[in-house]
Amino acid sequence: MNFWTDPIHVIYQGLMQTFTGWGMAADVAGIIINLLGIVLMITAIMVLDIFLVWIERKVVARFQDRLGPNRVGPWGIFQPFPDIIKLVLKEDITPAGADKWVFNLAPILSLASVIFLWAVVPLASRIYGVDLNVALLYLVASGSIGTLSIIMAGWSSNNKYALVGAYRMVANMVSYEVPLAASLLIPTILSGSMSLTNIVNQQAHGVWFFLVSPLGALLFLVAAIAELGRSPFDLNEGESEIVAGFHIEYTGMKFGLFYAGELLHAFTFGGFVAALFFGGWHGPWAEAYPLLGAFYFIAKAMFGYWLIMWIKYTVPRIRIDHMLAFNWKFLTPLAFALLIVTALAHRFLMDFPAWVYVPGMFLSNVLVAWATLEILRGNARRERLAAEAH
Amino acid sequence: MTAEQIIFYIATGFILVSALMVVTTRNLIHAALWLVATLFGVAVVYATLDASFLAVVQVVVYIGAIAIMFVFAVMLTKRNLLDHVPQTNANWPWAAGIAALVGAGLLYTASQLTTFGAQRPALSGDSLMNLGKALVSPDAFVLPFEAASILLLAALVGAVYLVNKR
Amino acid sequence: MVPLSAYLFLSAVLFSLGLYGALARKNAIAILLGVELMLNAVNINLVSFWRYGETAQMAGQVFAVIVFAVAAAEVAVGLALIINIYRRRNNINADEIDLMKW
Repeated sequence: MNFWTDPIHVIYQGLMQTFTGWGMAADVAGIIINLLGIVLMITAIMVLDIFLVWIERKVVARFQDRLGPNRVGPWGIFQPFPDIIKLVLKEDITPAGADKWVFNLAPILSLASVIFLWAVVPLASRIYGVDLNVALLYLVASGSIGTLSIIMAGWSSNNKYALVGAYRMVANMVSYEVPLAASLLIPTILSGSMSLTNIVNQQAHGVWFFLVSPLGALLFLVAAIAELGRSPFDLNEGESEIVAGFHIEYTGMKFGLFYAGELLHAFTFGGFVAALFFGGWHGPWAEAYPLLGAFYFIAKAMFGYWLIMWIKYTVPRIRIDHMLAFNWKFLTPLAFALLIVTALAHRFLMDFPAWVYVPGMFLSNVLVAWATLEILRGNARRERLAAEAH
Repeated sequence: MTAEQIIFYIATGFILVSALMVVTTRNLIHAALWLVATLFGVAVVYATLDASFLAVVQVVVYIGAIAIMFVFAVMLTKRNLLDHVPQTNANWPWAAGIAALVGAGLLYTASQLTTFGAQRPALSGDSLMNLGKALVSPDAFVLPFEAASILLLAALVGAVYLVNKR
Repeated sequence: MVPLSAYLFLSAVLFSLGLYGALARKNAIAILLGVELMLNAVNINLVSFWRYGETAQMAGQVFAVIVFAVAAAEVAVGLALIINIYRRRNNINADEIDLMKW
């Protein structure tokens, strides 16, 4: 065992020897090392978050045929730092009519609900915070803390636009939690576990769950985008209708926390897409060298994040009744139908070798997609004929 | 003191203080938010009891659904109990007395248990797997589980019927 | 190691706080908040008896799950009733909802 095969363990042992050498009790030293690990992890994520600002601005610029930030540093890579300095220097306003405590607590909770998620993300074979056996439910739970932070922000701002934005966001998040949870159950069924480490390990031999359940991956992506409140589901912000939604009254770094939380949330969901459907940290030599696995994981998470950005900057915002109808009349029934089909097909095919299992599962997904399209086409035709008859 | 004890006593203090705020604070939105704090503390207590599934479900169900419903209900009703009106009814001393009596009675009854000061045994098996099997196996708890699902369906229909404007 | 008595103490105090809230508050929504506290106290008891008893028997956790379902149903119907009463009588003060009391 050396640093390259198990870095976290080696660092832990080294620190433990140092601390006990100073005359510290072993369990106290263990607690301190764990706290240090948490602080280090959060710091690393926040530094990554700073560069996500640059990535987001650069990618949106390319989608819109612009150059994006290109003045500060090579390719404008240091652009986030002037942004942060600007946010910190701005006046920090708490409106007179606002509920002070709730108003100031909301952005902290919003960012914290995202950082919570990184406790269960498996960065590599032996680099992860904790191997929780209910990690996927934990994902949903942290989303509900995010919902709470948004309703706190909207209510305590004492502003009509903020309240409307919060109402929309909560309607959005509460209803899209249903297809999100249903699509999270698909990898659970395929791997027989809700632990992210187990789910990633099940995809070890090149059979990524994306191949086994492409429709499930698509459903998860759509539900995740809605859960994030990104375009086309960004009714909560709706710059052209309700100005900025729930964070209209926030200035300076308090707004910055919401913004950082949103970007990091998108990247984190990209990471979950990677871990659940694209094999997580698996890749050539990743098993032997965890740091390489972490690199693969970040690269795959970036791909998921890029998909989310691609959709955000391509699709226009949809109306709120369309959004709710899309969820309850299309996405939720489809998610449950797919869940049932996946469970049945998995049960029938699980004893067969991989070259039967994978195409079989893929075909079952194609069948569900085809049936959905047929039903939608029939519906559209009936509606068109009814409209023509009038 | 081990880390587990420290976490438990912090969570206990947090739960009791925020539960006191739930029943005494004037502003109902604040009461609902204090309820969220209480429920989060209870989730931590479940985690110290090795019931990870219940801890996470507590956050999903209580904070994600029930507390949000409370906040919405408070927002949908007028603040007609203004800040100057007493928040308690005329019988509050009786209520406090009964609550204190019940609390004392519960503590007395619990202290008569033979297992009152028990230390915890080691966990046997994967409790998440056991819970899942217990919920669906016919010789365990499938009947209460199905009854709960019918109850939820009835509550869903009832709530929609009640608030539907005809 | 925390003994069982600490959990029982916590749940007894939480239950009596919830009982006080349910009995003494005027606002109907606040009464429901008190009921939620009592349900949580019951759940703490169920889970701690499971943990300190025979952990292979899942009855404690199963009934905690069922209490979750009951709490969700109770809140949904209770809040729907309160909102309905509020629409008709423009009042959610439990003392003044007394049309049936003669």
